[in-house]
Amino acid sequence: MADNNKQAGPPKKPLTLAEQVKQQKQTYDQQAYQRLADSVKPRPRVVVNALNAFWIGGSISALAQVITLVFTSAGLNTRDAASATVIIMVFIGAFLTGLGIYDEIGKVAGAGSIIPITGFANSIVAPAMEYKREGFVFGVAARMFNIAGPVLVYGFIVSVLIGLIAYFLK
Amino acid sequence: MSIVMAFLIGGLICLVGQLIMDLTPYKVTPAHILVGFVTGGAILSALGLYGPLVKIGGAGATIPISGFGHNLAQGTLEAVQAKGLLGAFSGGITAGAAGIAAAVIFGFTMAVLFNPRG
Repeated sequence: MADNNKQAGPPKKPLTLAEQVKQQKQTYDQQAYQRLADSVKPRPRVVVNALNAFWIGGSISALAQVITLVFTSAGLNTRDAASATVIIMVFIGAFLTGLGIYDEIGKVAGAGSIIPITGFANSIVAPAMEYKREGFVFGVAARMFNIAGPVLVYGFIVSVLIGLIAYFLK
Repeated sequence: MSIVMAFLIGGLICLVGQLIMDLTPYKVTPAHILVGFVTGGAILSALGLYGPLVKIGGAGATIPISGFGHNLAQGTLEAVQAKGLLGAFSGGITAGAAGIAAAVIFGFTMAVLFNPRG
């Protein structure tokens, strides 16, 4: 900082010892204040974020449960109803992302909008839409899997490993 | 009643994810959360710990991405019982097929139909 001043402006008088001490005390005070602010600031944010993630993630799950109940009362068994619900939720997530609504929800909800399967749909549509101008192969189709790709890769690896372990333990 | 339980369990799973994002010293991105919850869900499921959560929470446990991991794991385990080694490879993806196909089809359609804002 001091060096910059010398080069930029006209040459300054060298600081007296008292001024140097005062300056150092000032920067020290600033650092102490910054540390204090850092230690205080994140706490309310963590609590608010956690609550928002809880109620929005919970609401998405509750909506999915309503859809599941509709499917089971229509005669689907538990497993098929769950699959059908996933399809509907993926559709809702993709559609709301297209409309630009899901990202607004995400700003508040954080993990509450990422972790439900609607967030997985969002992670597919958002980059695909963004890179559309790069074409339908390298733009849309390739970018769809920016985040979904790793999810599928690790999901498949773990599931095959589980299968192999189960097979050889049997 | 099942709707309330779905709200609570689904909310709690998201709450855990949010706390991981906010309280760990690493830069945890949404991609890390999704990958972590899929693998975590699959492992918990294989150990028999995720099934009870699905019984209690219904969609609250199956709609979070950890439920997708649970789906993969259970599909694999059942297929291993039925078909042996072949099932280890085919079971998980078969079980997850509906969700994956829906994600690809709807994801592609929406990305073609809509343009990003701003």
